Amino acid sequence: MARITIDPMTRIEGHLRIDVEIEGGRVKDAWTTGTLFRGFEIILKGRDPRDAWHLTQRICGVCPTSHGHTSSMSMDDAFKVKPPDNGRIIRNIVEGCQFVHSHILWFYHLAALDYVDVVSALKAQPKEASLKKVQEKLKAFVASGQLGPFANGYWGHPAYKLPPDINLLAVAHYLEALEMQAKASHLSALFGGRMPMTMTSPPGGSNHVPTVDDMANYLFRIKELQNWVDNVYIPDVLAVAPYYLDYAGVAKGHANFLSWGVFEDASFDPKKRLLPRGAIFASDFPQLHDAKPEDVTEDVTHSWYKGTQPLNPGVGVTEPEYTGYDPANKYTWAKSPRYKDKPMEVGALARMLVAYLSGQPTAKKLIDDTLAAIGHAGKPQVLLGVIGRIAARALECKMVADAMYGWGVEIIENIKKGKTEVYTPYEIPDKAQGIGLWEAPRGALIRR
Amino acid sequence: MGEKHLVSEQFLDALEFRGLSRRDFLKFCGATSALLGLSELYTPQVASAIEKASKRPPVVWLNFASDSGCTESLIKATYPNAADLVLDILSIDYNETIMAAAGKQAEEVLAKSLKDGRYILIIEGGVPTKKGHGMIAGKEMIDILKDFSGPAAAIIAVGSCATFGGVPSANPNPSQIVGVSEALKKTGVNKAVINLDLCPVNVEYLVGVVVNYLLLGSLPELDSFGRPKMFYGRIIHDNCERRAHFDAGRFVEQFGSKEETMGYCLYKMGCKGPMTSSECPKVRYNDKINWCIGAGAPCIGCAEQGWPDKFARFYERLPGVKIPGFGGIETTADKIGAVAAAATAAGIAIHAVASASSGRTKDKEKEEGK
Repeated sequence: MARITIDPMTRIEGHLRIDVEIEGGRVKDAWTTGTLFRGFEIILKGRDPRDAWHLTQRICGVCPTSHGHTSSMSMDDAFKVKPPDNGRIIRNIVEGCQFVHSHILWFYHLAALDYVDVVSALKAQPKEASLKKVQEKLKAFVASGQLGPFANGYWGHPAYKLPPDINLLAVAHYLEALEMQAKASHLSALFGGRMPMTMTSPPGGSNHVPTVDDMANYLFRIKELQNWVDNVYIPDVLAVAPYYLDYAGVAKGHANFLSWGVFEDASFDPKKRLLPRGAIFASDFPQLHDAKPEDVTEDVTHSWYKGTQPLNPGVGVTEPEYTGYDPANKYTWAKSPRYKDKPMEVGALARMLVAYLSGQPTAKKLIDDTLAAIGHAGKPQVLLGVIGRIAARALECKMVADAMYGWGVEIIENIKKGKTEVYTPYEIPDKAQGIGLWEAPRGALIRR
Repeated sequence: MGEKHLVSEQFLDALEFRGLSRRDFLKFCGATSALLGLSELYTPQVASAIEKASKRPPVVWLNFASDSGCTESLIKATYPNAADLVLDILSIDYNETIMAAAGKQAEEVLAKSLKDGRYILIIEGGVPTKKGHGMIAGKEMIDILKDFSGPAAAIIAVGSCATFGGVPSANPNPSQIVGVSEALKKTGVNKAVINLDLCPVNVEYLVGVVVNYLLLGSLPELDSFGRPKMFYGRIIHDNCERRAHFDAGRFVEQFGSKEETMGYCLYKMGCKGPMTSSECPKVRYNDKINWCIGAGAPCIGCAEQGWPDKFARFYERLPGVKIPGFGGIETTADKIGAVAAAATAAGIAIHAVASASSGRTKDKEKEEGK
């Protein structure tokens, strides 16, 4: 039995080690290890609650906005304050920019290098001038002998299945996507001051007052992103997928899914969010269930913390105690979250499946069209696995980018009607509890 | 044009071959000169410095107790953009967030860099000093830092975590995280560190420092916190677009109010601009589209040592700042009152000097115009 350790696990945010045991060409057992502890739970204690949304953004520099929003929402709940309509929409827009940025970055810069052979692109025979130019650039880069971030990849490995022409196209779009993910972030900064670490979503709403000039700027910029998602990102997924169809059923996981929902509706009903709240279990797929924060526990049996009982995060305890790497006992800084004692998949596939089963019209149409196109009409279960996850991200990216245009128009309509408030003032009570339930691009967040 | 004798036609052809147009290249050099506070006359020198570095300078970028927000900043660069940085300007040999290799393959890349030496070592994230609280490939982060600091041509700490510990080092600092300089002291290494404070780092500062290094072959002049004076020499309050409102006693008293739409001063909303040194008002963020105060958010002081604890309660006003128009000190607080007053006094002095010198620059421009 072979044991493989991958440390560092790259092209992710954070420090991760993976150990796998392989028998007969299949993974028999696996251990994931978070190798860094910072202790935000401990740091936040005793602070001014209004600072928390700034501090918690620093949990993740790729999805800071989601962490900040979840924190501000827990304060909104504790202070019993509701953001005005434009405040709600600005938060959605800033969150949306981050989703679009994150999905582009994830597909092209983090995931694609496992599917795209950069060196094989040199063998392509492009006819288009722009692709020839990229290939020449790539030739010069490889000839320099300094491969930078592409050094020591598995180039030439038979698991790379794309023909040279598609590899070249993907390299060209890798470079283009670098620009597009930056543009999506610049757009968050228009409202949020800067990205990463936006500045304008405190408890109570937003402190950015949008002007008509802002909104014109915004609409033109979001249109550019929408066009790019429609004409480059989605077609690229469709171009790559046929070569990796044997991955379709691979890595289904436990096939339980959870989404708290994200992008607030005017009604503040979590089931009416653009991506609504809900849970799905493998045992009665495709039945949709309510998702309730009371049913979440975190277990530390195998984590470097004191404590033996699984606890709800509302009464959670974080007492670090490093005891060395021991896969039979304790081996990670990550806690194990469970929902009704089950491991759940979170992220774009979970959200899109919940949206689909909730009958969210846009998600339903996008997924139905996709299923029909691949000859599996009415069978969402074929999306479970690696290819489904990639497809779900691309479809969600399109859904969010399109919705973002609409939110811009909504703000303009509000301004026209004289509805310009973005922030609701509040008194901070001496004692209060609140909860925020939201989604980062990579999955569910709770803050309380 | 002067660039002809400094940058060869051949080089410009080569750039064009690599997909970077002459116009874009010179635009980049111009933007960089402006950032470095150099006159446009220096543009050819910047271009020449990049040409001479025909081997792209190798960069080893290590992430310790960070959230990768500074790597995110890096790939939000515009002139040069991320593709230019990766393909044409730097050789980013190791950065866990973007590199193709993982595990053993990544370790091999790192070992080769260590052997070759003379890389620019960029550290993102603070350094945990509690055993087991920060490990990569089975090694303590502080030991990795020690090993890699020796052969480095220069060490740059990017972002508030790497400089002085940042958010994860906030009280009670559960993993006993320290900044890079402090960590090096603990391991007995005596080496200068360039501190690029801010959370996250402003990528234009990072590019500025690297080009400065290529241009002059030396590191920029640093202040007592190890920060380049060219980026941290002036107080935000003194260059803020809302400063005139402060001077006239016009303040935002509530977010989203009419006063905010008028762009009044955010001091009463907790702005830490009067105690924070950084070129944010000039350099801004994200292709200069905006910055914190521009968007309506009070500065939280992330460019300063001791952040965030030093400025905790971000939405409470700084104590001891003299408010013009109302006479005298508005509030005095026991904690940092004296420090704040001194800093503000210094700020006002710097403001006066800056005004005078910008006046001189104008005169000089007039002369040159003739």
